[in-house]
Amino acid sequence: MAYPADYRYTREHEWIEVNGSIGTVGITDYAQSSLGDIVYVDVPKVGDAVTANAVFGSVESVKAVSDLFSPVSGTVTAVNGDLKNTPDKINENPHGTWIIKVELADPAELEKLLDAAAYEAFISEETES
Amino acid sequence: MRYLPKSPAERERMLAEIGTASIDDLFAVIPPEYRLARDLEVPRQQAESEIVEYFRAAGAKNSTSYASFLGAGAYRHYRPVIIDALVQRGEFLTSYTPYQAEITQGTLQAIFEFQTMIAELTGMDVANASMYDGSTGAAEAVLMAMRVTGRHKAVVAATVHPEYREVLHTYLQHREMPTALVGYDAKTGRLDLAALEAAVTEETAAVLVQSPNFFGVIEDIPAMAAIAHTRGALLVVSIAEAVSLGVVRPPVEADIVSMEAQSFGVALSYGGPFCGVIAAKEQYVRQMPGRLAGQTVDGNGNRGFVLTLATREQHIRREKATSNICTNQALVALMATIFLSVYGQEGIRELAEHNLAKADYAAKTLGAQPGAKLLFTGAPRFHEFVLQTEEAPAAWSQRLLGEKIVGGVELSRWYPELKNATLWCATEVVTREQIDTAARTLAAKPVEA
Amino acid sequence: MAINMEPAGSRTTGKVRLHPTQNEALLFEKSAPGKRAYKLPPLDVPAADAATLLGEAHRKTAAALPELSEIEIIRHFTRLSTWNYAIDLGMYPLGSCTMKYNPRVNEFVSRIEGLAEAHPYRPESHAQGVLEIIDLLQRCLLEITGMDAITLQPAAGAHGEFTGILLVRAWHESQGNPRRRILIPDSAHGTNPATAAICGYTVENLKSNADGGIDLDALARQVDGETAALMLTNPSTLGVFENQIHKIADILHEKGALLYMDGANMNALVGKVRPGDFGVDVMHLNLHKTFSTPHGGGGPGSGPVACKAFLEPFLPTPVLVRKAGNNGLSELHWEYDRPQSVGRVRAFYGNTGMFIRALAYILANGPDGLRQTTEDAVLNANYIRKKLEDLYELPYKTPSMHEVVFSDKRQLVHGVKTGDIAKRLIDYGFHPYTVSFPLIVHGALMIEPTESESLEELDLFIEAMRAIAREVEETPELVKTAPHSTRVSRLDEVQAARKPVLRWRPAE
Repeated sequence: MAYPADYRYTREHEWIEVNGSIGTVGITDYAQSSLGDIVYVDVPKVGDAVTANAVFGSVESVKAVSDLFSPVSGTVTAVNGDLKNTPDKINENPHGTWIIKVELADPAELEKLLDAAAYEAFISEETES
Repeated sequence: MRYLPKSPAERERMLAEIGTASIDDLFAVIPPEYRLARDLEVPRQQAESEIVEYFRAAGAKNSTSYASFLGAGAYRHYRPVIIDALVQRGEFLTSYTPYQAEITQGTLQAIFEFQTMIAELTGMDVANASMYDGSTGAAEAVLMAMRVTGRHKAVVAATVHPEYREVLHTYLQHREMPTALVGYDAKTGRLDLAALEAAVTEETAAVLVQSPNFFGVIEDIPAMAAIAHTRGALLVVSIAEAVSLGVVRPPVEADIVSMEAQSFGVALSYGGPFCGVIAAKEQYVRQMPGRLAGQTVDGNGNRGFVLTLATREQHIRREKATSNICTNQALVALMATIFLSVYGQEGIRELAEHNLAKADYAAKTLGAQPGAKLLFTGAPRFHEFVLQTEEAPAAWSQRLLGEKIVGGVELSRWYPELKNATLWCATEVVTREQIDTAARTLAAKPVEA
Repeated sequence: MAINMEPAGSRTTGKVRLHPTQNEALLFEKSAPGKRAYKLPPLDVPAADAATLLGEAHRKTAAALPELSEIEIIRHFTRLSTWNYAIDLGMYPLGSCTMKYNPRVNEFVSRIEGLAEAHPYRPESHAQGVLEIIDLLQRCLLEITGMDAITLQPAAGAHGEFTGILLVRAWHESQGNPRRRILIPDSAHGTNPATAAICGYTVENLKSNADGGIDLDALARQVDGETAALMLTNPSTLGVFENQIHKIADILHEKGALLYMDGANMNALVGKVRPGDFGVDVMHLNLHKTFSTPHGGGGPGSGPVACKAFLEPFLPTPVLVRKAGNNGLSELHWEYDRPQSVGRVRAFYGNTGMFIRALAYILANGPDGLRQTTEDAVLNANYIRKKLEDLYELPYKTPSMHEVVFSDKRQLVHGVKTGDIAKRLIDYGFHPYTVSFPLIVHGALMIEPTESESLEELDLFIEAMRAIAREVEETPELVKTAPHSTRVSRLDEVQAARKPVLRWRPAE
C-alpha cells in the first residue's frame, strides 16, 4: 500500500495529515498489518491534551496491544466514534481511517516527523532487522 | 516411587540415548558448592494408607461433629454430593487453563454458564470467570473503579468485612490511593449515610460497601448509589454471602459487584480455596480484571467459546496490565455452577428463605435470654445477627463448647467499641434443637462464688 | 519405531482414534419450569415471611437460573468434561506450567470431614489438626527451599510475587529508602513486570546474554542504589540454570538490592539444590506446579512465599507460631500483632485445601522420591531435546534442565509457525506445548514433559513432533489449518473480542 506523500509519519507508525491548524491522526498500513485484526481502539476524549511522542491511546488485536503515540502536541478536537463498533475499518483502509483530530499547539513539531519516503525507508529497515 | 512411570532399565536406556553416563551429568551445570549432597529432611516416603491415616488423625483432632454458629465471611451450607462427583472427573480436575479452545470447550462452556448465572444473580450485565476470593476481589474491584474514573481515592464502609478492608489497604498502600473510612449507625448497624455523603468528593473513584454487611444487616444500596453517582464516583458492592441473593434484592444500582461465591457449594476448608467473582455494568468490561469466556463460532459455524479480551491481562500487557492476576478459581467456580444448577431459580429462593427463617428464630431465641440482647435491630438482615451479652463471651463460649456447640465470633477484635458482642450465623444446616440448646446454655450463667 | 503416527481417519494410530462426542446445549437452554434437582428438609422453625422481614430489600424478580433434574445435570457436566483434554488423558508438555500427575489421594484427604468442614474462625484449640498440617507443610517447604521463614497466605503464583515484592519494599523502607526500580530479565513471565508495577516500582528490562542467561556486565551496570531487587526465574524460562547465580546475588547484595526468585521452575531443583543456598532472599512457590495440586481448568492455585530471616518481620499477618499451652503441651497459634507486617494479602489464611494436597504429595514422595522426581523431570526434557534437535532449531545450546525451548525457524521457511505446529499436535492426541514464550525466542516451542511421562508416552510425543516436521515440508496447509479432529475447528477470536458475548440471554 502506498504511503500518501502529503502525510507525515512517526517512528511509532502513526500518520498525521495537517489542514490549517488541525492535524488528523491515524496508524499506518505497516502498523495495522503487524497487529493483525484490530478489535478495539482506546481513544482520549475531546478536549484532552496530547503531547508529541507521548501515549494518547492504544489499539488492540486479539493477542496484542499497541500504544498510540501522538505525532504532535495539542488538544483533541474530535474522536472517530465509528471505531467503537467498526475497528476493522483501520485494517481495511488504514490511511483513510482517522482516529483523532488535534488542534496543533506548535506546528514546528511537524518538522521532526518523517516524510513518506523516509518512513518507507525506516520500515524496510525494521522489517529486515 | 509410585507416581514415577519408569523402570531403572528405561532410565539407563534414556541416559544412553542422550549420551551421558549418569543422571548427575545433567545437573553438572549447577556449581558443585550449591548441590545438595544429602537427603532433604522431610518425612520418609509413606504408603497411601499411612497418608490417609495421618490426615484422618489430623481431622479428628480438629473436633468434628460440633454444631456451629460461625459465619463472618465463611458459610456452612449443605453441599449436594454431585458437586464432588463431577468436579473430580479428571477432565475437569486435571485440565489446564483453557487457552487451547479446541480441546477445552468443556471448561469454557462451564465458565460461560457461571458468568451468566452470576450476572443474573447480582443484577449486573457481565461477570468474569472468577477471582481468588471475596477479599482480593473487593480490592481489585476498587482498583477497577479507579481505572474507569481516572480518580484515586476510595471511600470504604466500616461495615465491610474487616479482613477485606485489610486486604484493600495492602493493595492500595503503594499506589498513593488514600481511603476514607465511614462508620455505621449504632442503632441499625447500617452505614452512616450522612457521614458517607460528607466523605464522598469529586475525587472519589469508588465507594466500597458490603451488603449484607459484616453485621448481617442489609444496606440501603439505592441511597448509597445516589450519593456516589452524584459526585461521579462508582458504587462497588461486596457480597460475602452469595446465598442471600436468593431472597435479597440484588444491588442493581451498583456499578461493580464483587462477590464471594463460597456459599454456592464450596467447602469451608479452613478458609480456602474460595471463589471470588467480579460482575459489572457492560460499559466497564474492558477495565475488568481476570479471565473472561466469550461466545463465538468456529470455521464451520458451530457455536464455541474462547477466553477473550485477553489484552487486559498480564501475559500481554505485562507492567500495564489491569492486574497481575493469572489464575482464576476455575474448579471452584465449577462447584458453584453445579450448585446453582441443582437449586435453580426456585431452589435458591427456597434455600435463602430457610436461612432467613433459621436466623430469625435463632436471633429471637438467643436475644430473649436473660443478660443477652440483639444489637442492630432497626434494619433488615439476612442470616447473621449481633448478640451482646452481660457475661464475657470467653466465659459462655466455653460452656457452649462443652455442649459441642461453637457460638458466635467475638467482634471486639475488629470493633473495640462493641464490647461483649458476638456475630452469629444460622444457615439451613443449623437445627432448632441446636438453637434451643445454645440458648439454654448461654442463659445458664453459673452462680458467682 | 514401529508406531504408525497418521492421526486422521478412524483407523487406530499411535495414540488416538476418532470417536463421536455428545452434543450438549447450555444449561439455560435445557431448563423448564417445575423441574427440580433438590429437596430441602422440612423447616423445623416457623417459616419467615421474606417480604415482611426484608421490606424494600426483598427480591421481587427471581434470578433466571436454570431448572433441571439431577440426571440432566450429571449428563450436562459429564458431556462437557469429555470435550476437555486433561493430564489424566495424556501428556501436557506445557513449558513453565509443570503439568504433572495430580495424585488422587490428595483429593481424598482434602475432603476428610474434620478438614474440609473446618471454619476459619473456629477456636484455635479446636483447629490444632489443620494447624499441624500447615505447620508441617511450612517446615517441609522451608527445608526444600533452604529459606528461613514462610507464609502460605498468597492464593496463587502471581499473588505470591505480589507478596514477595511487598516484603522487599517493606525491608527497603525499614532501611530508609523503598528504592524505585525492579530489574526484570526479558525472558521473564508477564506476571513479573505486572507485579512490580502494582507494588509501585518502575520496571527496568535486563537483556539476556548470548546463552539466554543473565548478562553479568549489564547487571553490574544497571544495579544501583535505587534498584530494589532483581526478579529472577531459575532455571530461566529457557530451562537453563543460571550457573553464575552466586555472582548475580553478590552484585545485587553489594548495592543493597535483593534477589527475588520466581519459583515457577522449582520442579528442576527440588532435592538437588536449594535457592536459599545460592543467595536468594525471597521467592514464591506454585503448589499447583511443583507440588501436584490440580490445575482444575485454571485454578485454584496457591503461592507460598519463603524468605530469609531478615524479611520475616514483614510477612503478612497472621503468622503461625508455636506457643506453650496448658499442661506443658505446645499449641499452634495465629499471631496477629506484628507491627512491621506488610498486611494481609487475602482473607483468612490461604488456600488450605491446597496445602493438604501439597503435603500429601510430599509425604508420598519422601526425600528419595522428591529427588527422583526432579531427576526424571530433567531426564525427560533432555531425552526430548536429543530426539528432536535434528528437526527443530535449538536457539540456545546451553544445557537444559526440566524444559527445552526450540524455535520454529526451520518451519517458518514453509510458512508454518509455532502456533500451527502446536495446534497440529492436538490431532496426534497431545496438548500443545507453550507457544511463543519466552519472548526472547522468536517463534518459541517451549516443552516441559515433567516426570509424569512414561518412556512410551515420550516416544509417542517425539514421533508426533517428527511426523509434523515432515508434514510441514510436504503438506504445510495441513498443519496451518489444524486441528482437524476436534469438536470445533479454530474459533473466531476476532469476533469474540470485537463484539463480546459474555453471557447467555434468552432469545427475544
